[in-house]
Amino acid sequence: MTMIAASRHAAPVGGSEPERLLWMYRTLLRIRAFDERIVRLFNQGKIAGALHSYVGEEAVATGVCANLRPDDYIVSTHRGHGHLLAKGGEMRRMMAELYGRVDGYCRGKGGSMHITDVSLGILGANGIVGAGLPIAAGAGTAIRLKGGDQVVACFFGDGAANTGAFHEGLNLAATWNLPVLFVCENNGYAQFTPQRMHARVPDLFVRAEGYGIPGASVDGNDVLAVSEAASAAVERARRGGGPSLIEAKTFRWYGHAINNPASNLGRDQAEIDAWKARDPIPRFERQLLDRGLATQADLDAMRAEVLQELEESIAFAEASPLAAPESALEDVYTTLPPGAEL
Amino acid sequence: MRELLLREALNEALREELRQDPRVFLLGEDIIDPWGGTFRVTEGLYTEFGPERVRETPISEAAIVGCAIGAALLGMRPVAEIMFLDFAAIAMDQIVNQAAKLRYMTGGQTSVPIVIRAAGGAGRASAAQHSQSLEAWFTHVPGLKVVMPSTPYDAKGLLKAAIRDPDPVIFIEHKMAYSTKGPVPEEDYVIPLGKADVKRPGKDLTLVATSRQVLRALEAAERVAIEDGYDVEVVDPRTLYPLDLETILASVRKTHRVLIVHEAARRGGWGGELLAQIVEHAFDDLDAQIIRVAAENTPIPFAPPMEEFVIPQVDDIVAGIRSALA
Repeated sequence: MTMIAASRHAAPVGGSEPERLLWMYRTLLRIRAFDERIVRLFNQGKIAGALHSYVGEEAVATGVCANLRPDDYIVSTHRGHGHLLAKGGEMRRMMAELYGRVDGYCRGKGGSMHITDVSLGILGANGIVGAGLPIAAGAGTAIRLKGGDQVVACFFGDGAANTGAFHEGLNLAATWNLPVLFVCENNGYAQFTPQRMHARVPDLFVRAEGYGIPGASVDGNDVLAVSEAASAAVERARRGGGPSLIEAKTFRWYGHAINNPASNLGRDQAEIDAWKARDPIPRFERQLLDRGLATQADLDAMRAEVLQELEESIAFAEASPLAAPESALEDVYTTLPPGAEL
Repeated sequence: MRELLLREALNEALREELRQDPRVFLLGEDIIDPWGGTFRVTEGLYTEFGPERVRETPISEAAIVGCAIGAALLGMRPVAEIMFLDFAAIAMDQIVNQAAKLRYMTGGQTSVPIVIRAAGGAGRASAAQHSQSLEAWFTHVPGLKVVMPSTPYDAKGLLKAAIRDPDPVIFIEHKMAYSTKGPVPEEDYVIPLGKADVKRPGKDLTLVATSRQVLRALEAAERVAIEDGYDVEVVDPRTLYPLDLETILASVRKTHRVLIVHEAARRGGWGGELLAQIVEHAFDDLDAQIIRVAAENTPIPFAPPMEEFVIPQVDDIVAGIRSALA
C-alpha cells in the first residue's frame, strides 16, 4: 500500500503563480545540477552502472509535475532522475542509491534505472521500455475503485510508443476512462537511431485519435508550454474526463547512457548545438526576469542553494555505508513460511 | 461434507474474498456473465459484484497483468485471469520483469499482492498453444510464488491464501481438473502457501506429483497396491514455491525411494529441480536412483492418440513405480 509522504520539494499546486514559477525554476536547476554532476562522478569512477542523463529534457518532468498534488502518482522510466526530483525526491537519497549505499532510496538494489520513492507516489522507474503504461492504467483503475480524484502521469519515450504495451495500456485506459496522463518524451532518438527509422509518423500524439482520446503536441523545452498542456490534461482526468496523450518534443544532450559513449556518435553536432541553443533553463530565466518575478540576484541565490544541496548529497552518499553484500538476500518476498529456502 | 466441482470451489473462494475484502477485484478476458470465463470459474460474479469489481478487459494480456500490478501498488488485491496459461507468454515482461522484481528493485518499499490465475495442462485436443504446463518458467524467477491445486478442497483454500498473500502468485489450474468433484467446507478456510499434503500415506515409495498428475498418481498407487502389493506414498507439494521440502524429505527418509511425476516437458521441468534438491538434502537416505515421469520433449500435439502418448498416463506412472521399486 502506497503511503503518501509530504516532501519539502513537492510542487506548490494551488500556490501563487510566482511561487509555482519559482518552484519550476528551482526544479529545472536541481535536475540539471544532479544529472550534470553524475557524469563527472561516473568518470571519476565513484558511481557505476547504466546512468541515463535527463539533461536537456528537464522542462518535461518539471512542467508536468508542477500540476501534480503530493497524492497524485507518476510512473517513470530508465531516464528517471528528473521525474523523481520533480515529484519531490531527495537528492541525497538519490545520490546514495547511485553510490550503492544503504541510505539510497532502494538500499542499493535498484540503482539509477529503478530509483524511486514509492511514498512520493512514484510507482517505479523502469528498465523496460513501454512497461510503465499498463502499470499506470492499473494505478488509474485503483483510483477509480477507491473513489479518489488523484491522477497518474505516465512518462515514457518515443521508443515506447512502438511497443505493444503502449497500445495495450492506452487502449485499456481509454476504454475504462481512467485518470491517466500519458506523457511521451520524444527526444528523437533510440540509443542513437533517429526516430524516422522506427516510425513512419514524426508526430506520435496523433496516435491518441486511434484510442478516442485527446492528443497534443508541445514544445518540450518550454516549461510553461508543458505545464499548460499538462494542466488541461490533469484537470480533465481529475474531473472524470479520462486519459490523454501529450507528446513533448525535446532533446537529450548526451548519449543514451553515460557508460555508452558510442550512443552519441550517430547524432549530428549541428543538431546537438541547435538544441542546446534552445536550452529550457536560460529561456525560462529570461521570462522570469522579464516579468519581474525574480531578480538576477534571486536566481543566483537559488543556483547557489541547489549547488549546496548537490554537494551535501555527495557528502551524504559518501558517508553512508555500502550495502552489505548479504543484504542482497532481503526483499525478494514480503513473507515466506518459516524455514522456507529462497 | 458437501461436494463441489473444482471450478465451483474456485468460484466460491473468489466470491468469499470479494465479499469480505473491498480491495479484491477481478480482471480478465470474457470473465463476465452469463458464462463467467472460458472455464466458468467466475460465473455469477459479474452479476453479484458488477462491472467495477469484475472488470472485463480487452484481449491484452500485458495490460491485464500490468494493470493488476499498478492497482496492487495502490493497495488493491487484484486477481487477474489469463485465459490459458500459454497466453502468459504475452505478459511475461509484466510478470517477470515487473511483478516479480518491484519489491526487490525498490529495496522493499512496496509489495505486489497480485494473483494471476491461468488454466494449464493438456487433455482437450487443444494442440500446442492451449495445452502447456509452464510452471517451471515461473518457479525459476525469484520473486514469484507458484501454486498448483489438485483437488477442490485445496483449490478453495489455496486461492484464498494466494489472494491474501502480499507477493505475486501464479495460480495454475488444470483444465482437466475443473470438473473433478470433492468435499469442500462451506466455511472460510485457508491453506497456507508452502505446505505440502500427503494425499496417500505409504511406506515403499515417495511419489511426488503435481496438479492433475496427483489424481493419476493416486489411481496408479491403488493399482500397484492391488497388483503388486506396493504401498506408495503420494505427496502433493501444492505450492512449487515456496516449497515444503521438509514434508517431502520426511517421506524420502521413510521410503528411501522417489518417483516424480509432472505433466510439463521433462527437459527443464520442475521435477529436475526437485530431484536436485532431494539429492542435495537426502542423498544418504536414497536406496535407488530417482525416477521422473514427465511429458515428452515435444509441443503438445492435436490428435488425441498423439496427445495421450506425449502426456503421462496412469499406465506410465504405474511403470514408473515398478521401475522405482525394482
